[in-house]
Amino acid sequence: MIHLKDINKTYDSGTKLHVLKGISLDVNDGEFVSIMGASGSGKSTLLNIMGILDSYDSGEYSIDGVEIRNLSENRAAEIRNKMIGFIFQSFNLISFKNAMENVALPLMYQGVGRKRRNALAMEYLDRLGLKDHATHLPSELSGGQKQRVAIARAMITHPRIILADEPTGALDSHTSLEVMQLLRRLNEEGMTIVVVTHESGVANMTNKIVHLKDGVIESVEDNVHHDASLYGRGGLMK
Amino acid sequence: MRDTLEELYSTLRRSKLRTTLTGISVSTGIFLLIVLLGAGNGIIHAFSNMAGSMVLDVMSVYGGATSKPYHGLNAGRVIQLDDRDIDIALHNMSGQATAASGTSSKDNITLRLGSSTLSRSLTAVDPSYVKMDRNASDLIAGRFIDPLDSAERRRVMVLSKQDAEALAGSWESAVGRYINAGGVMYMIAGIYPNRSMSDNKSVYIPLSTYKALYGSEHHYDNISLKTRGVVSSKDVDLFATRFRGISSGIHQFAPDDENAIFMWNTTTGAEETNKALTIIRTALWIIGLLTLISGIVGISNIMLITVKERTHEFGIRKALGARPAQILRTVVTESIIITTIFGYIGLVLGVVATECLNYFGGQSTVNLGEAGNITVFSDPTVDFATAIEALIVMILAGVTAGLIPAFKAVRIKPIEALRAE
Repeated sequence: MIHLKDINKTYDSGTKLHVLKGISLDVNDGEFVSIMGASGSGKSTLLNIMGILDSYDSGEYSIDGVEIRNLSENRAAEIRNKMIGFIFQSFNLISFKNAMENVALPLMYQGVGRKRRNALAMEYLDRLGLKDHATHLPSELSGGQKQRVAIARAMITHPRIILADEPTGALDSHTSLEVMQLLRRLNEEGMTIVVVTHESGVANMTNKIVHLKDGVIESVEDNVHHDASLYGRGGLMK
Repeated sequence: MRDTLEELYSTLRRSKLRTTLTGISVSTGIFLLIVLLGAGNGIIHAFSNMAGSMVLDVMSVYGGATSKPYHGLNAGRVIQLDDRDIDIALHNMSGQATAASGTSSKDNITLRLGSSTLSRSLTAVDPSYVKMDRNASDLIAGRFIDPLDSAERRRVMVLSKQDAEALAGSWESAVGRYINAGGVMYMIAGIYPNRSMSDNKSVYIPLSTYKALYGSEHHYDNISLKTRGVVSSKDVDLFATRFRGISSGIHQFAPDDENAIFMWNTTTGAEETNKALTIIRTALWIIGLLTLISGIVGISNIMLITVKERTHEFGIRKALGARPAQILRTVVTESIIITTIFGYIGLVLGVVATECLNYFGGQSTVNLGEAGNITVFSDPTVDFATAIEALIVMILAGVTAGLIPAFKAVRIKPIEALRAE
């Protein structure tokens, strides 16, 4: 599904900053992976590269067999639109569009007619229990509701993979748990999910934990039994 | 398309104040431009009206009085032009005069039609006069004196619109009616539009008719010459010197006696008028362009802010799979729609303003006492094509103004756009 080999990334803003130092990682179909690390470890950069939101300097990266290098902006847009669903820490909903319109937006870029995409958006909002809030603007929703809208938006195009960057970073522990349970349910339905987090509670709900430190993969921990850090080192989500 | 408009509506609604400000800057730009061009046209029209009816390249020759004794003849002798001077012009000036018409006049003739009367002087001219005066070439009804009128010494006259209205009630029905001019019946052959602001309009009759009716002495008040290749004031001086030299042999005056024969040249007059008009036009263009530029800068500025403000949103859209062209389209459509709608509003207001100007001050005149009234402001309106052109320039500018920052916004990486704000 996702194949990364020896990915390097350097930021050059005045002083050179080598953020990713030869990352090799494979994410298979149906996996639920978390990337853990302290801030500055390069985990977000890695996720951005996976989502073709950022470029990388050297190495190989392919999604579903498609080599991601020197892609035209149009082709990249198409891959992001059809194969990838994004969930961000700050939700990234468009402030002047209501929940339904936000969910339907990716379909607009696929050329789906307005009636059809709004109907589909309603369906997804219903599944996430937000049907009554369909006409609310993001500013009228709570953090958890916003993130559920974002998840609906990520799901609506049936992507091959969902990339979540600190999806619970702005939520309280109760809502965080809800969101993670939602993602787990999605994964159980077959969706491939990669979550970036620095919270062990969040990581522990995934099936595989990739520990990142200073731009290199420190270890990959199998966590099928969800006992990696549970209660022993923190107990709660936060 | 519907989606694009829908998107546009939601973004515009979100930033009402900014939309209004952009709109006002565009509207004001177009409005000022239209009013400015309209007012400028008013001045230009008034200027053209004052310039009179004589066409370019016409030289008028007047007989004067000698200022120095010559061959035993005293100074102060009156020189009267006649057919010999016409011969000189046509045959001895190496083709520089292509047509010539003597002009004679008969003063204080009472024109009568029914119970209406007017006192006018009759101006007798040759059919070739049609080449020298717009009063003869550009008629609004009928025809000017033609060679047949001249050959048959017909009693026909060409009147101004104003006189035709005074005599016949309306100028449209005046052609073909008969006028009693000092006891002689003339048929109205043609009517020329009102041009000069002077109240004393010329009444033209054929020269041959004049000679047959009023005088056998073949003297002319002046001779009008259509010239070719006499352009600069130096050319005019050379022409005058040469003409005077030959004519002096016939009329017996000193060849260098400039008072014996005067020359007046429309080219020199027209040159000055044209110079003045060119200055006015150039000034109008410069001010107009500056006005447009200030409008354009207004749009550019606001589009720049708009795009900057929306960079984060563009980042979201890119992450969701918007192609660069789709983002570009939203920005460009926005600027086109804003400039078109508000530009049109400015245009309509501008046209209304010029019409008001026309209504209240369209024929402003200044009284110069003896010289009569002169128009200082006439028909201050802008033609439709110019107005639309200005609008198109504004729209194109709006597109460009939106395009440049939009290109920038589209080119940056999605992650950088997402980090913006």
